[in-house]
Amino acid sequence: MTEPTTQAGTPAPRRKDERPGGGNLNRLGDRKKARLEELARASSGKGGVSLFRDALRRLRRNPAAIVGATIIGLFVLVAIFAPLIAPHDPVQRFDELTSKLAADNIPGPTDGFPLGSDELGRDLLSRLIYGSRQTLFVGVLATLIGLAIGVLFGAIAGAFGGWVDNILMRVTDVMLALPALLLAITLVALASRSSQWTVIMAVAIVNVPIFARLLRGSMLAQRESDHVLAARALGVKQRSIVLRHMLPNAMTAVIVQATLTLSVAIIEAASLSFLGLGDPDRDRAEWGAMLGDAGVRYFEVRPELAYYPALAIIVVALGFTLLGEAMREAIDPKNRR
Amino acid sequence: MLRVIVRRLLQLVVTLIALSALIFIWLRNLPGGPVDALLGERATPETRALLTKALGYDQPIHVQYGKFMQRILTGDFGNSIRTGDPVIEVIGRAFPATFELALAAMVIAVGLGIPLGYLAARWRGRSLDHLTVVGTLLGISIPIFFLGYLLKDVFTQNIHWFPPSGRVGIGLDNTNITGFFVLDGLLTREFDAAADALWHLILPALTLATIPLAVIVRMTRASVLDVLNEDYVRTAEAKGLRHRTIRKRHILRNALLPVVTTIGLQTGALLSGAVLTEKVYNWGGLGTLITDSITGSRDYPVLQALILLAAFVFVVVNLLVDLSYAFIDPRVRVR
Amino acid sequence: MQARRLRTAVAIAAVTALAVGAAGCAESERDGDSGEAKTGGTFIFAGAGDPKNFDPSFNDDGESFRVIRQMFDTLVTHKPGTAELTGGLAESWEHDASGKVWTFKLRQGVKFHDGTPLNAAAVCYNFDRWYNMKGAAAQANMIYYMDTFGGFAKNEAEGAGESIYNKCEAKDDGTAVLTLNRYKGAFPGAFALTSLSIASPEALKKYDADTVTQNGDSFAYSAFANEHPVGTGPFTFGGWDKAKGEITLNKNPDYWGDKAKVDKLIIKIIKDENTRKQELRAGTVHGIDFPAPADRKALADEGFQVIDRPAFNILYLGINQKNPKLKDLRVRQAIAYALNRQQLVQTKGPGGSKVADEFLPDTVLGYAPDVQKYAYDPEKAKQLLKEAGAENLTLNFYYPPDVTRPYMPNPQEIFTILANDLQAVGIKVNGVPRPWNGGFKDDVQTFGKHDLHILGWTGDYNDPGNFVGTFFGRAKAEFGDQAMTEMFEAITKADGTVDEAAKKAAWEQVNRDIASKWLPAVPVWHAPPAIVVTKDVEGMVASPLTDERFNTVSVKQ
Repeated sequence: MTEPTTQAGTPAPRRKDERPGGGNLNRLGDRKKARLEELARASSGKGGVSLFRDALRRLRRNPAAIVGATIIGLFVLVAIFAPLIAPHDPVQRFDELTSKLAADNIPGPTDGFPLGSDELGRDLLSRLIYGSRQTLFVGVLATLIGLAIGVLFGAIAGAFGGWVDNILMRVTDVMLALPALLLAITLVALASRSSQWTVIMAVAIVNVPIFARLLRGSMLAQRESDHVLAARALGVKQRSIVLRHMLPNAMTAVIVQATLTLSVAIIEAASLSFLGLGDPDRDRAEWGAMLGDAGVRYFEVRPELAYYPALAIIVVALGFTLLGEAMREAIDPKNRR
Repeated sequence: MLRVIVRRLLQLVVTLIALSALIFIWLRNLPGGPVDALLGERATPETRALLTKALGYDQPIHVQYGKFMQRILTGDFGNSIRTGDPVIEVIGRAFPATFELALAAMVIAVGLGIPLGYLAARWRGRSLDHLTVVGTLLGISIPIFFLGYLLKDVFTQNIHWFPPSGRVGIGLDNTNITGFFVLDGLLTREFDAAADALWHLILPALTLATIPLAVIVRMTRASVLDVLNEDYVRTAEAKGLRHRTIRKRHILRNALLPVVTTIGLQTGALLSGAVLTEKVYNWGGLGTLITDSITGSRDYPVLQALILLAAFVFVVVNLLVDLSYAFIDPRVRVR
Repeated sequence: MQARRLRTAVAIAAVTALAVGAAGCAESERDGDSGEAKTGGTFIFAGAGDPKNFDPSFNDDGESFRVIRQMFDTLVTHKPGTAELTGGLAESWEHDASGKVWTFKLRQGVKFHDGTPLNAAAVCYNFDRWYNMKGAAAQANMIYYMDTFGGFAKNEAEGAGESIYNKCEAKDDGTAVLTLNRYKGAFPGAFALTSLSIASPEALKKYDADTVTQNGDSFAYSAFANEHPVGTGPFTFGGWDKAKGEITLNKNPDYWGDKAKVDKLIIKIIKDENTRKQELRAGTVHGIDFPAPADRKALADEGFQVIDRPAFNILYLGINQKNPKLKDLRVRQAIAYALNRQQLVQTKGPGGSKVADEFLPDTVLGYAPDVQKYAYDPEKAKQLLKEAGAENLTLNFYYPPDVTRPYMPNPQEIFTILANDLQAVGIKVNGVPRPWNGGFKDDVQTFGKHDLHILGWTGDYNDPGNFVGTFFGRAKAEFGDQAMTEMFEAITKADGTVDEAAKKAAWEQVNRDIASKWLPAVPVWHAPPAIVVTKDVEGMVASPLTDERFNTVSVKQ
C-alpha cells in the first residue's frame, strides 16, 4: 500500500544546507511534514496569477503532463458519458450469459458482449465503463472530503498560529505517523461495518493531515509576506486577508497534492476491498471492488475479471501521478530559472 | 532536563489512558462482537446471555473499563478470545514474522534501489533511465495485492520456483528460538532450515518491496541528478579526479542524505503493505493478526492491545528521539 | 540441504528402531493385525482456520472438531461416509420403553492414550463432569451440551432450563446406564456429537480440565485443552506450533479400531481458499478442505481427487413475520415462487448441490417425498402479491458479506441473485449487509430487525429435530411470529415421539405442513462441501457431517 504522502512523486531533493522544518527533523512525522512544507513554500512565493501562468506554460511543454492529462480527460469523459457508451445495463443479468454461467465457468466474449460475462452473468464491458463513474466518485469524494477537513484544519492553524496551531498540528502529527492503510482499516473497523461511505471516509481521513500540513505551511509562509503585510497595513480585516489573499495563494499546492492523492485513493479503495473491508454491494460496479473481490476469487476461472479492472486502475493511477508530478515540478521555484 | 522527562512521561500516561478508554468504550458499543464470534450459527438466546455474562459484557461499561485498567496496570493484557492465549504471547509470535518480512523487503528495496537510481541518473536519457522511470511509475501505480497474486500465480503455479505460502516448509522440525526463522536456522546451524525459510521469504519480500523500491529509485535518481549539477562536482571533474573518487566522495555522500530520509519514511508504508502481502502469502504476522481480529473473530483484547502498543511505541520513540536530539544538538530545546 | 537430510535420516532411523522395538514387544500380545497395510509416513491436510482448543466439551466449531475427532471417540459414532449410527466406544446401546434409560455396552480392552482403561466408570465420569461443570466461563463454552441436555446441575445462566440429565451409573465395568429426566428425540444421534467425546478421567483431573479461567473479557483454557488432550482416538496429540499454524498428531499404536496407516498427521492451517489450492498443487499438502466451488473442475482435471461430501446442510431464505405484510401466507408463497433456485444452483452451486424443497436432507428420517414444491413461476408470484394487496412491497434483506460457510460459499453473490429475482416480480429489495460477527447474527437472531435474510445450517447428527426443530421448534426473533403455536406444538410432539414409525410419520407431516401451511422460510439449496486430495492419497472417506477420521488414509510415498 502506498503512503498517501508526497512519496508517490519525486520530491524535490534538498540541498544539505536547507533543512525545512527547523530543528528536530528526526521526529517520525517530521520528515513527512518537511516535504509538505517544502511544497507549500514553493507555491506561495509570489503573487498567485503570474505563478499560475508560469506553471501552466511549463506544464504544456512537459510530455508527461500531456499524457497524464489525456488519460484523466478520457477517464472523466467515460465516467460522464457512461450511459451513452455502455452497451448494456450494468446490473442486468442476461439469460445468454447466465445460461452458460456455472460456479466454475464464466462465459467469455460472445455476440453483443465483447468482453463476456462477469461473475453473475452481467456484461463485463458495461460494468467496466460504469465502473469509471464509481471509481471517480470514490476517489474524488475521498480526496475532496480529506481536502475539506484538512483545509479547515490547516487554514485555522495557519491563520491564527499560537496554541490553536500547536494543538491542531499535534493531532495531524499523530495521524501522519500512522501507516495509512492501518489507519483506514481501523476506521472501517470502528465503523463496525463497511459500506461505500466507510471506504470513502477512511481514505479521506487518511488524507486530512496531509492537506492540513500543506495548507498551514503555505499560510505561515505568507503571513510575513509583502502582500499580506501591505493588506494588513491598509486595515483589511483578518478574515478577509485569510480568505482573499492567503487561501487562494495556497491552493496551488493543494491542487497538486490532490491530484497525487487521487491515484492513491483509488488504489487504497481496491486494497480495502481485497481485505474484505470494501463496499459490499455487488450491484455497484467499482474497479477496486471488481478487482479486489471477484477478480481475485475467479482468477483461475477467468483472469480477465481481474486484468481489466487492474489495468484500468493502473492506467488511471498513472495518469494522476504523471500529471500531479508534472504540476509539482512546474511550480517548483528551482525550475523557475 | 529531568523535569522535561517527567512531564513528557506524564503526558504519555494521560494520552494512553485517554486512548485506551476511547478504544475500549468504542469497541464495546459496536454491534456483534466476541460473543457472536464464539457462537456461530448455534446461538440460542440462553447461550448468548450466558456467554455475555461470562465475559462480563453485561456489566456497566465503567465497571468493565475499571477492571480492564486494573489488569493493564499489572501488565496483563488479557487473553485472545479465540484461542485463550495471552495477548502478549499472540503478538509476540506475530511480530518476528512481520519484522523479518519488512526487513527483507527493505534490504531488497535499498540494495536494488540505490544502485539503480544512481545508474539511471548517471545515464540520464538513455534506455536504462527510461526503463527505470517507467518501471518505477508502474511500481507505484499497481495495487500490490494484485502484483502479489500475479507473482504467486506465475512463480508457484506455472513455474514451480517458489513455495506458495507460509514461512517454512510444512512439517519442518526447525528449532524456534527468536521467532525469526532465517536467523534461527543460522543460530542453530540448521542451515537447511535457514535456506528453506529464506526460500519462502523471497516472493513476499519482493512483493512488499515494490513500492519502497520504486520510491527509493526515484529519490536516488533525482537526488543524484541534483548533485551532479552542483559546483563542487563540476570542480572535481574539472580537477580531473577519478570517477570512483568523485562518486564516493562527492556524489553519493551528498545525494544519499535525502534518500536516507525517504527510507525512514517508508517504514510506515511497509507496515501498510505487510497487511496485504501477509494476506496473499498466508504469512502469520501482525498484518494477519490485525485483519483477523477485526474482520473474523472480533478479538477485541488483541485489537485493544495492538492499538495501545502502537500508540505507546510511537510516543516513546518520539520522546527518545526528542531527548537524544537535545543531547546531540544543544541548539534544539525540548519543549 | 545436506544437514537436513542427514538429520532426517537419523530421525527416521531412530523412529524406526523404536517402532520395531515396540512392535517386537507387542507382537506376542497381538494377533494377526500386523498383516494390514502399513504405509507409514506423514499425511498433511490443510484446514481452513485455527482451532480454539482440544477439549471436546468446550468447542462447537468444525476446525477444532477436525483435530479433536482424530484423538477422541464418542459412545456412538457414524459409519464412515454416512450419517448412519454405529457403535463407537459403546458396542451397542438400547433404551427402555420410556426412552429415559439408556444402557451402553462398552467395547472391551479400549485404553486411553495415557494407558488408563476405558470403562463404565470413565464414561460416567465424563457425563458427571459435564453436568456438574461450574462457573459461567466453563458453562458458556459448552454450547452443544447446553443444546442437548438443556442445563447444568447449577445453572450460571439466568432462565436456563433444568437439565434432562439425571444420573449415570456403572452397572459393571462394561455397562454404563444413563438416566434422563425425559425422552429427547435427539438421542441416540446426539451421543455421536464430537462435543460429547469421552476423555480420560485421569488426564482430566491431572491437567485441571474444568478450570476455564475468566481473564477480563476473555477465557484461558486448561493444560488439558491446550497441551494434553487425552482420548481413545487413532491419533495422539503431538503439538501445536502456533507460529507456523501446524498441529502435529502421532499414530496411536494401541488404537482399538483400524489403526492409523500413517505415522504422523499434520493439520496445517491455511485460511485462504486460494492458497490452500495452490499448496495442494505445489505438493506441500496432501489434502485440503473446502475448495472454492470455482476450483473444483480445474483440480479434478489436473488429476486431484475431488470428493464430494453427501449433502447434509441447508441454505434458506428466512422470512420475518414481524412485518405484517409477511404474515400473509400468500406473500411468503409469492417470495418462494419468485426465486429461480434452479438457476442459482446451476450458476453458483458447488458441484453436487441441488435445490432444496425441505429444511432437511433426504437422507434424514422424516423427509417427506410429497411436500408442496415451489417451482420458479414469476407470474404466479406477481398474481399472489396482487391478491394479497402487497404489490408495493419493500423488504430489508439482511446478508453477511464477509463469511464463507459450507452451505453458503459466497453470501454476496447469493444475495445479489436472490434479490434480483425478487425485484423481477416487483418486490423492492433493500439490501442490508452486516458483518457475520459484527451485527448480522445479532440483528437477525436476537433483534429480528430484518424482513428477509439468508442463513443455513450443517447437520450435527441424523435427526430431524437437529434441522427442523432447531429452526422452527420455538418462537425465534429470526422468523418473527411468536404465535406460530401450531407449528411449535407439532414439532415438540414429533420430537417427543419415542416409537420409530410414529416418529417418522409425525416428522413427515411436520415437513408437509411447513411447506404448505406455515412456510416460515424458503429452503434454497443443499450444497455439499468437498474435500480434495492428491492422487497418492488412498482411503479418504468424506463424511456428510464433516466427520472425517484420518486413520483410514494412507499416502503413497
